[in-house]
Amino acid sequence: MSTVVTPGLFSQVDVSVSKKTPYLMAAFAVFVLVAFGFAGKTEIVAFQWSKEDDLIHLPDFLVASNIVGLVLGVTLVAIAVVSFVLAQRKQVTPMWLTLTFGLLAVVALLAWLASGNTLPFAFILGNAVVLAVPLALGAMGGIMSERVGVVNIAIEGQLLTGAFLAAVVGSLTDNLYLGLIVAMIGAALLSMVLAVFAIQYLVDQIIVGVVLNVLVLGITNFLYAQWLSSDGQNSNFPGTFPIIPIPGLSAIPIIGPALFEARITTYLAYLIIPALWFILFKTRLGLRARAVGEHPLAADTVGINVARTRFWWVTIGGLVAGLGGAALTIGAVGAFGRNMSGGQGFIALAVVILGRWHPLSAAAAALLFGFSIVLRIWANQVSPGIPTDFITIVPYVVTLIAVVGFVGRVRAPAADGQPYIKG
Amino acid sequence: MKLELRGITKRFGSLVANDRINLVVNSGEIHALLGENGAGKSTLMNVLYGLYTADEGDIVLDGVVHKFKGPGDAMAAGIGMVHQHFMLIPVFTVAENVVLGHEPTGILDTLDIDSARKLVREISDRFGFEIDPDALVEDLPVGAQQRVEIIKALARDAKVLVLDEPTAVLTPQETDELMGIMKVLAKAGTSIVFITHKLREVQAVADCITVIRLGAVVGEAKPTDSAETLATMMVGRAVDLSVTKKAPKHGETGLSVSGLTVIGDRNNKVVDDVSFEVRAGEVLAIAGVQGNGQTELAEALVGLRTPSAGSIHLGKMDITHSSVREVIDAGVGYIPEDRSKDGLVGDFTIAENFMINRSYGPPFAKGLNIDFANRERIAAELIGDYDVRTPSQVTLAKNLSGGNQQKVVVARELSRELNLLIASQPTRGVDVGSIEFIHERIIATRDAGKPVVIVSTELDEVTSLADRIAVMYRGRIVGIVDAKTSRETLGRMMAGATV
Amino acid sequence: MSGAADTPVVGRGAAVMREIMSGGSTRAILSVVAGFIIGAIFMVFSSEEFLTAAQYLTSRPTDALSAAWTAIAEGYSALFRGSIYNYKADDIVAAFRPMTETLRFAGPLIASGLGIALAFRVGLFNIGASGQLLFGALWATWISTRVSLPWGVHLVVAMLVAILGAAAYGAIVGFLKARTGAHEVIVTIMLNYIAAGILTFFFRTPELLREVDGGGTPKSDAPAATAQLPLLLGPEFTLHAGFILAIVGVFVYWWLMERSTLGFRFRMVGHNADAARTAGINVERTFVLAMAASGAFVGLAAANQALGVQAGLTPDMDGTIGFDAITVALLGSSTAPGVLLAGLLFGAFKAGAPQMQVIGLSPEITGVVQGFIVLFIAAPPLVRAIFRLPPPQKTTVIADWWQKLTTKGDAK
Repeated sequence: MSTVVTPGLFSQVDVSVSKKTPYLMAAFAVFVLVAFGFAGKTEIVAFQWSKEDDLIHLPDFLVASNIVGLVLGVTLVAIAVVSFVLAQRKQVTPMWLTLTFGLLAVVALLAWLASGNTLPFAFILGNAVVLAVPLALGAMGGIMSERVGVVNIAIEGQLLTGAFLAAVVGSLTDNLYLGLIVAMIGAALLSMVLAVFAIQYLVDQIIVGVVLNVLVLGITNFLYAQWLSSDGQNSNFPGTFPIIPIPGLSAIPIIGPALFEARITTYLAYLIIPALWFILFKTRLGLRARAVGEHPLAADTVGINVARTRFWWVTIGGLVAGLGGAALTIGAVGAFGRNMSGGQGFIALAVVILGRWHPLSAAAAALLFGFSIVLRIWANQVSPGIPTDFITIVPYVVTLIAVVGFVGRVRAPAADGQPYIKG
Repeated sequence: MKLELRGITKRFGSLVANDRINLVVNSGEIHALLGENGAGKSTLMNVLYGLYTADEGDIVLDGVVHKFKGPGDAMAAGIGMVHQHFMLIPVFTVAENVVLGHEPTGILDTLDIDSARKLVREISDRFGFEIDPDALVEDLPVGAQQRVEIIKALARDAKVLVLDEPTAVLTPQETDELMGIMKVLAKAGTSIVFITHKLREVQAVADCITVIRLGAVVGEAKPTDSAETLATMMVGRAVDLSVTKKAPKHGETGLSVSGLTVIGDRNNKVVDDVSFEVRAGEVLAIAGVQGNGQTELAEALVGLRTPSAGSIHLGKMDITHSSVREVIDAGVGYIPEDRSKDGLVGDFTIAENFMINRSYGPPFAKGLNIDFANRERIAAELIGDYDVRTPSQVTLAKNLSGGNQQKVVVARELSRELNLLIASQPTRGVDVGSIEFIHERIIATRDAGKPVVIVSTELDEVTSLADRIAVMYRGRIVGIVDAKTSRETLGRMMAGATV
Repeated sequence: MSGAADTPVVGRGAAVMREIMSGGSTRAILSVVAGFIIGAIFMVFSSEEFLTAAQYLTSRPTDALSAAWTAIAEGYSALFRGSIYNYKADDIVAAFRPMTETLRFAGPLIASGLGIALAFRVGLFNIGASGQLLFGALWATWISTRVSLPWGVHLVVAMLVAILGAAAYGAIVGFLKARTGAHEVIVTIMLNYIAAGILTFFFRTPELLREVDGGGTPKSDAPAATAQLPLLLGPEFTLHAGFILAIVGVFVYWWLMERSTLGFRFRMVGHNADAARTAGINVERTFVLAMAASGAFVGLAAANQALGVQAGLTPDMDGTIGFDAITVALLGSSTAPGVLLAGLLFGAFKAGAPQMQVIGLSPEITGVVQGFIVLFIAAPPLVRAIFRLPPPQKTTVIADWWQKLTTKGDAK
């Protein structure tokens, strides 16, 4: 370990910030402008803001599909230009701007797909939120783990564990809250295994994560085939949490119904995300945790127990991820299906990276991915010109682009992935 | 506070790192712990600080025996440590680093950053440190970072302050300042333990000296004892501190660097318009305090960094933008600064390590295959010629001592046909016996008519090996002077003063 | 500092014993044993008899115990009958078929396992075996169903295309990692889904690869007879040349990683990329090359899947190979003989599945056993703790003996 030293008083140099982001943005913006705007479809899209039973009912917004494409395309070009100017000034494009860009691009795509149809915007937004919740919670679990320096590839396994236990326990006991708690504990136990292996046994954290995923998949598949599929009435019929509208807030047009008419799993997410941000960055607990993730030896020398800190943060991160898993079943569709999480644990990992290990940014990134998954469900109903198979892979392509395009600019906690060996 | 270490013994497997060590430091005393690399000084301090637990022996503070289960206990007892490799979190601010572990808090466990800032300013003002509590540690120069380390220890009311090799990263002037601070602290009653292998500093500031060798105390000494006496105690035999070398036989220009500029990782010019020449049969030493661009300069010469301006010529060949492999094939030998990170593959055997930069053809390769017979033969030869102490050539490199690891690297580089040798910190962390051996080999290379570039922060090594010395400060060459230049002048140059 | 002085004062026999007990192969075997034990537990709890008998455990414990024992015995004997030798079969052919089934299943597992093992040794985590397999299979299917070539050439070209296609898909990952630093775990997993989507599209579209006169489900035509992997033991056994491909792969892998200079450089980068860079290796290019090589081995499995059948292919032809390959590589410690044995073991699991289904045991149980085996393998200290094995020894009695046996001249 060398003395990490750079005097920092060398003469500065006019080196430019990478133009990767503005160029990528420009490419997408031009694509949207041309494909959805100039060459777009001319049929009318009805933006349906409200559902029938909303308190405040906004009329549908009718507009030609290509107009939307043009307007949003121009906006995207403007954002790309702003990003370019920032890069010229050696400033990095802020993450919120990038995510806004992503969201607008997705809206333009939706408008193109929905030409001649209704675009149930509130419905889509609502579903995007529901789909984003497991991703966001999984990402929170991942952030908790990685901020203390433990790479957590096992988010997928944690989500799957949570989904399975929530559905089965909820079904057997007819008590969804019990299912929720058991789901969280189950995922936490899985995290504990990861923590122990990584901390105590000094095993490669990525391998342990992959192995745990394989294990959970194998066990849940077996139990599903052997037990759930034949005994479904009893063991796999939990139902879902009731939707509870928050009075007042749910009346806000457009976003009200989407955000504030949800299940308890969603509301818990609303609480956990800002709470995690506060704890990590404003409290003593969070300072020590981040110290462990950046420089465990330094933390050790001031008396912080590295192993214990890592253990507890990883385990409690598992609790949160378990909640995310429960959101997949009893917080959404009810019963458990084979491989219920379907790769969302890995998307959650991408969310962690895209969100720069920061709870609030990660939540926004999760919402973006939630939109891309909604696309898959909804676009099939509105027949576009695109084969369903390509729609299916949109979330994965988006993840890939996000990870490839942006990862170079972010800095993980310095000791992420390195086991800490005491003398 | 009076510190006593009684019979401290610490073993790592069959290796006895500390052997029944006794040490007494009185209140207000500056006590130097002198020993060469690998003698066990750092292990002892880690025991004192609670990072290790001693197998036998006691730590006694003001007559009370203490058992430390961790650094927290040691700090609570009043022991503060300034580590050789700073224990600072680069992305945190000064204030956050100083209070880490004993943070002031408000409601809901929130961090009371204002109190932290006040604490830093208070201590900083007391000693005239001038540190901004909100600065990010990674943005501070090395000397400032060390002061943060000291503030960290003082903020916890340290009654015993341990300084582990503190001057490795300081200019001679900054070293003098540090010694001034030590004297002020000692006068105020703090006991100071000062770990070092540098005789000069020990003689300048210590009140008493304990010499350690191979894990055991060999004796006490006084600062008035001569350097030769101290060195002999440190090493166990008569030590000749000088290196004999013949007058240089200059040939044509071997290496010529012109206007070289390298952009560093933080968008700064770590190498700023550097020019120099090295002739065949001559040693040019690049001196300077760690962190002034020498590392990056060496990396640029070898091809690990791309210069943004300027040129590098090896003889007539332009190697400015050559890849590392091209540079190696052009006959450049490179002993990197960090041998375990860059010089050796720890999980490879010694034999395998001999071929890591020559795997494309003979002698180590036969077509697409490894030439095992040849490799075995060559490895045996090199182990013998360079006196590498190892049970066999299939021992993994990570299991060798520092000195022997370095000998493997040196053997590998010097056994090729070289047109230039670049050696970066060639004897860092190496025992005295190996130091002598490596210095001899470097001089032999020079006498064989090759140009040699040494990069070293050890002024003694620089003055004994070099024919000419180039001093680097903040990326620029402050001046190129003759090897007989005085230490004072060199010291001033290392702090930026032009000749 | 000399290691020779550390020889403990014990007899040579005891030293050898201790060395065996602490070695990697012992751990591997014990991990397998531990996995089987866990599998037995699952079998017991899946058995109806046991569950009913357990309800009155305290009054008549022997019922529960014998039910448990029956469950385990039936389960594992079914596995044996399905994968090695069917002693209940009517004729010789049916009796030996399980063995050939094991080999047939083992082929692609060994091949893809080698690919993952290679990536591991270069320090890369290739979770993309299924994507690479599908991509290679796509092109192989195109050659085998839409292109006509003479006998012999057809098969060879199809195989090459499978290997190259998979290699190219792997190279993408290496390229992205080298250029952008993107972590290969996420990239490979995303590419898996993308490959599945592309393949499904091709198999669904008549103009592309969908079978002639097909229905709505995505399915390709059967490979032409000239492009099919020949059967090795005649039409009564299903074992085809895919297994030979795997064996060839084992030898190529062994030569590559242990004897060749390229493999030497791969291992160097895997151990210490910084030192490799200082030694002149182009680390970025090595990543691309290694991922391509990794994909190429998976391509052998692709050829196996695409050309080893006589019926049309579906997009789920990769089965569980993605994760199976990882478990094979881990159990085999990324060495050639290890991967071979691990592949055979897991091939046996797959072959035994139908027999286990006959007795009412869901074949997923082998997935559970596999997962636990790998969990134990991934944590050497855990197995050591469970079975009270000694820690890795300093004595090298066996290692020295092996060294003397395998190198010319004297080791110094």
